[in-house]
Amino acid sequence: MAKFHVNGEQVDFRGAADTPLLWVLRDYLALNGTKYGCGMAQCGACTVHVGGEPTRACVTPVSTLEGKRVVTIEGVTATSQARVARAVQAAWIDKDVVQCGYCQSGQVMAAVALLGKNAAPTDAQIDDAMNGNICRCGTYQRVREAIKSAGASLKGAAPAAAPKAAPKAAPKKA
Amino acid sequence: MKTVNRRQFLKSSAALGGALVIGFWLPERAGRAFAQPQVQRTAPPNAFLRIGKDGTCTVFVKHLEFGQGVTTSLPMLVAEELGCDWTKVRAELADAGAVYAHTAYGMQMTGGSSSVWNSWDQLRTVGAQARTMLMQAAADQWKVKLADVRVDNKGFVLGPGGKKLAYGQLAEAAAKLPVPEKVELKPAKDFTIIGKPTRRIDSPEKVNGKAMFGLDVQRKDLHTVLVAHPPVFGAKVAKFNADKVKEVPGVTHVVELTSGVAVVARNFWAAKKGRDALQVDWDLGPNANLSTEGLRKQFGDLARTPGKSAKKAGDPAAIAGAARTLVADYEVPFLAHAPMEPLNCTVEMQGDGAEIWVGSQFQGVDHPAAAKALGLDPSKVKLHTMLAGGGFGRRANPVSDYVIEACAIAVKVKVPVKVVWTREDDIKGGFYRPMYVHRVEVALDAGGKLTGWRHAIVGPSIVGGTPFEAMMVKDGIDPTSVEGVADIPYEIPNLDVTLHTVSTGVPVLWWRSVGHSHTGFVVETMIDEAAKAAGKDPVEFRRALLTRHPRLLKVLDLAASKAGWGTALPAGRARGIALVESFGSACAQVAEVSLEKDGPKVHRVVVAFDCGLVVNPLTVEAQLQSAVAFGLSAALHGKITFKDGQVEQSNFHDYPVLRMSEMPKVEVHLVSGGDKPTGVGEPGTPPIAPAVANALFALTGKPIRMLPLDDIKWA
Repeated sequence: MAKFHVNGEQVDFRGAADTPLLWVLRDYLALNGTKYGCGMAQCGACTVHVGGEPTRACVTPVSTLEGKRVVTIEGVTATSQARVARAVQAAWIDKDVVQCGYCQSGQVMAAVALLGKNAAPTDAQIDDAMNGNICRCGTYQRVREAIKSAGASLKGAAPAAAPKAAPKAAPKKA
Repeated sequence: MKTVNRRQFLKSSAALGGALVIGFWLPERAGRAFAQPQVQRTAPPNAFLRIGKDGTCTVFVKHLEFGQGVTTSLPMLVAEELGCDWTKVRAELADAGAVYAHTAYGMQMTGGSSSVWNSWDQLRTVGAQARTMLMQAAADQWKVKLADVRVDNKGFVLGPGGKKLAYGQLAEAAAKLPVPEKVELKPAKDFTIIGKPTRRIDSPEKVNGKAMFGLDVQRKDLHTVLVAHPPVFGAKVAKFNADKVKEVPGVTHVVELTSGVAVVARNFWAAKKGRDALQVDWDLGPNANLSTEGLRKQFGDLARTPGKSAKKAGDPAAIAGAARTLVADYEVPFLAHAPMEPLNCTVEMQGDGAEIWVGSQFQGVDHPAAAKALGLDPSKVKLHTMLAGGGFGRRANPVSDYVIEACAIAVKVKVPVKVVWTREDDIKGGFYRPMYVHRVEVALDAGGKLTGWRHAIVGPSIVGGTPFEAMMVKDGIDPTSVEGVADIPYEIPNLDVTLHTVSTGVPVLWWRSVGHSHTGFVVETMIDEAAKAAGKDPVEFRRALLTRHPRLLKVLDLAASKAGWGTALPAGRARGIALVESFGSACAQVAEVSLEKDGPKVHRVVVAFDCGLVVNPLTVEAQLQSAVAFGLSAALHGKITFKDGQVEQSNFHDYPVLRMSEMPKVEVHLVSGGDKPTGVGEPGTPPIAPAVANALFALTGKPIRMLPLDDIKWA
């Protein structure tokens, strides 16, 4: 049992207390943007923000979340980090970062957490912040470019524009 | 492509909601490995293109999207001829259907770096046919001749006197017209979309969490299933005790399968806890003593005995009498694909049919296999292709392992099931890139010229024991074991390539770049050893052996020049070069490497690449960065090993993969040329391991003859 907030909404979870946050999000709240990759905090695909800090949802038992505020990829553009999140998403699209895309929710969440604290990270700081996020497609080079580009846009006076309405690949409805 | 003339065009019977729909039907091909039945469905239509009343052009992508960008590059082919507004193009993954068969391989599949080239004529033709029909519809409406109308490449048909109609306004009328048999395709000089750097159209969904992968499928009453697989390949369940499993809240079924014991639950966590509580006694079977040590000895011994001939040229006996010979023994390990999205498959039985959702590279294999496992006629089974979080060959399994397992469970429990493999199940689950041992002997004459090459390869056959064996194995040679050696591009007068095919009990499979993943490493490092023995520069040594290969020479020279080959580097750094032709494309890479206290560090990789006509330069660059990262990951860290029959690795802590801090700066230089595209996804992978190894050889003077580099003691 735990009461906490996900993307601003209160959640009163009554399932097993050891259930990792990842599976609460995916199996109970239908928030499928947070991904399962390893189950042991090795790959970062499940990165969410808990109290603003990047957190691996796959090893975070729901019992530890009492009263905490969780933000997922679905909610990150509607939080205090909205400006950073929009800048990151816009840079990701502009730099054509994604490939299979499976790890990218986690990459975006990790990058938002980094740029929220430091809009001009060095390469070493990017390595530190992003090394826990594995991408098997090897998008790292463009992730690095996009982080720098998003940071530069955040330092500018104008807020980053929302991603342009690019043509969409229609997602499959199950 | 040869199949063009054999293609029959059929006008789709369905014109959904005024939509113009174009479909193909491909005739049954001789020598097809699998009979993939036509699936009768009402929606979406068996088609490649639908133009809605709002002008939206939806392209049905017959290939799996798993990173390589087909949901952008294939619509580009259609749009180029269609003359539509690119911002109105959408992509949707096509379900399983015979209409979506690969134009060269005869069944629906994604592999062999072939998605773009096999669609090249097909999808441009679709676009041209649709454009012609839209123009005809406008001409009919305006009562003018077809020759008097044209398109503006922004989604409008233009006619005399300033007449103008949008594609969306014409779609319904166009759908009633016959599909033109013959259409003229644009010459390359008129391309406005093909060849232009084009951003992926699937980015927005992939940066906001909305993209739906197989693992994200949701259905009413969907159960999650984890399967306890045998700890040793080939082991069988002797008995199991599920008493404690049933105490886990949420667990609904425990069922025995031929592949293990399945725990079915209301959610993942209950299934996981249930499986953890399961006690299974296994009959370990014939592989209980399997070990990497044992395989190393077995393979090594075999490499010193005569194998089956894969290629013979000149007089191999002359090798023994050469002025100088070098002999080297190589070993590369089993490798897991480890795609980010673990394997999964969702199956729902519905009355007398079933629906399946899976990110499959092999719909043409998986669909009939699933139908068989479900005991249903294939016409009653719908297989929906989901986005896949990587694959690298793992989702192209001739024996459909995880798909038929999910079907077997669905049949037994009669509730909708999503079978999920944990990362541990994936790493330990087999279907690896095989382990190989190579023994190479090269001969040099007194002037340092390469005169002979004897090459023995020992390892498992990827296609052996699968339905592909009959088609691909000739005279006992699996071509995937010897590709890159049997057809070595270097001009060597005396050549002798042999193969020992070994059954190990370990399931094996194609892994990005297949045979080239090991032969590229061996050939290209051996060439550097030979160059050093001859006292020659590695680039010059290769150049002299490639006089009849202008395409390879071009990428070799381009990589060398862009990398500054021969210029000074900071102390402690060296360059290595490698050149591999695979999947119809030529790739040379120069790696700049240093040796740090914790091992090799790759700083920069210069890639020169010729993939014929480039459809989307942004995608090609991304795929080369990706291929370098994938190959480098394996070169540095990748290995699956066995002890007491069991896989010793389990997750990313003991099967490490490349991370951000290890990613070199990759610079891509494309040689444009040719009038057709060739392979892109895989050819960038083989050169990176030998390029890095050759740099280390240059740095230390010590040849690298095994992978991963993590296993080498550098001090």
